[in-house]
Amino acid sequence: MTRSTVHTNPFYSLRWLSGVALLALLAMLSMMVGVMDLSLTHLTDEATQVLLISRIPRTLAVMLTGISLAVAGMVMQMLARNRFVEPSTTGTLESALLGMLVMTLFAPGLGVLSKTLIATAFAMVGSLIFMLLLRSIPLRSTVMVPLVGIMFSSVVAAVATFIAYRFNLLQSLANWTNGDFSVLLRGRYELLWVTLICAVLAYLYADRFTLAGMGRSFTTNLGMNYALVLFTGLLLVSMIAAITVTTAGVVPFLGLVVPNVVSLMMGDNLRRSLPWVALLGAGFMLFCDLLSRLLRYPYEVPVGTVMGVIGSVFFIYLLLKRTQPSHV
Amino acid sequence: MIEVAGLNKAYQTQKVVDQVSFQLKGAGVTAIIGPNGAGKSTLLGLISRLQRPDEGWVRVDELDVHHCAGDRLAQTLAILRQENQISTRLTVEDLVSFGRYPYSKGRINEQDQFKIEQALAFLDLLGLRHRYLDELSGGQRQRAYIAMVLCQDTRYLLLDEPLNNLDMKHAVGIMKLLRRAADEMGKQVILVLHDINFAASYADCILAMKEGQLVYMGSPEAVITPEIMQDLYDLDMTIQQIQGKPVAFYYR
Repeated sequence: MTRSTVHTNPFYSLRWLSGVALLALLAMLSMMVGVMDLSLTHLTDEATQVLLISRIPRTLAVMLTGISLAVAGMVMQMLARNRFVEPSTTGTLESALLGMLVMTLFAPGLGVLSKTLIATAFAMVGSLIFMLLLRSIPLRSTVMVPLVGIMFSSVVAAVATFIAYRFNLLQSLANWTNGDFSVLLRGRYELLWVTLICAVLAYLYADRFTLAGMGRSFTTNLGMNYALVLFTGLLLVSMIAAITVTTAGVVPFLGLVVPNVVSLMMGDNLRRSLPWVALLGAGFMLFCDLLSRLLRYPYEVPVGTVMGVIGSVFFIYLLLKRTQPSHV
Repeated sequence: MIEVAGLNKAYQTQKVVDQVSFQLKGAGVTAIIGPNGAGKSTLLGLISRLQRPDEGWVRVDELDVHHCAGDRLAQTLAILRQENQISTRLTVEDLVSFGRYPYSKGRINEQDQFKIEQALAFLDLLGLRHRYLDELSGGQRQRAYIAMVLCQDTRYLLLDEPLNNLDMKHAVGIMKLLRRAADEMGKQVILVLHDINFAASYADCILAMKEGQLVYMGSPEAVITPEIMQDLYDLDMTIQQIQGKPVAFYYR
């Protein structure tokens, strides 16, 4: 192979095309599953309504969430230079929740979009505080970083819970904190398209995030403004976190598991791997959502719970595999 | 030409680099030596704009290092620091290709590709190009990093302790390579070295630092003398000429 593998287009390989086909199949399946039996070959009026108002929006919402959370996880791992972080272990998600709560208290009349923007700002501040905390840890061992993140997240979550408790908003908080797609009908999921824009922007910045993963000196040496790369990355991650949390709720582990699997598969050159992160994110999310709908059919188990069970098993596996050096 | 004038850098009240001024002209290898905490790495950081000085300025080929555009400087000067933590899985080829980033911004053309192949060949990495960095030995990884900064195709190459964690064979290999880069490619290499014997046998010029100050500067023959070493390291050294180079014996 004489041509560089770094910058060739990943979109034409057989592996990629079969991946996309598999995802399409999962999406079809997702649209078929529900209380009402649907046959795509002859659609009644009622069936068309169900499809357009509920099934298609839900499937899209699930996929968009999967894509953006996986991409956000990958970017966050590059920026924090640690494999075991994602927006829910860096205080990003909890800060977004806190933002939503504060807005519900002080400006309940505000539109969803403005609320989400404020939540993004909160998430951004939370992520920045996390990055500052990281800088002040002298010994950045692999396991220390996520531990600090989890502690910081818990502190923010505790503040949110306290406020919610004092103002009788525990119910709303609980709604946000457990990922659930059953409420995402037409008209309630569209904001998620913005996360796709964020994911595409992350792809355009892929090289810079890869370099940020190599550290500040590295990035600066190649002529880039490290602080700017960091800021852009955190902004994209915060936006994705805020939007997914306000629409679908917290979906744990996805942003951790998918990037790690892709990293083991094909390394961390984001120019090459980010499309796979997106694809696998969407696929994994669809799979978990299908499970959540089928396990107690016709009732649903929250997808956050399903993801938590599958994801935590994966996480323990990764923790054991990736904390030991691969060379001596 | 590298011009350094009146550089000062302090952490809190501790002066790390204290009124350092010098000029370096022409191709060649320059070694910065001195005891721990003498400010060697900080000086390199200041010259390469990774750190900001409190006072003073650095000019490289008329470019003011701390005020010119980042990508412009990235085509003139490359810096390699000791990175002890690698959390990113990149292949050797990915890493070396990133050396072209200041030129290509991610779109590798024919000429970039040529430079990449050249750097891989120069460091004998063609057989390792598809291996991941975290699967390599310390020496191989160091070679990959050096290939990347060579690929950056800059006239000035700054290296912070490039021989750290290398065994003797690999250390000699790297020094020979850097010597060749200076002689055959006309590069100006500036590196921080702990081993004064390596400095004496490969460098054209030695800068000796102590307590943040540049205390001696000159050819290996002029700097590596018992009196200067006594002053610098507080050690009695026997220094002899072997194959025309001063060699210091200080182990007992």
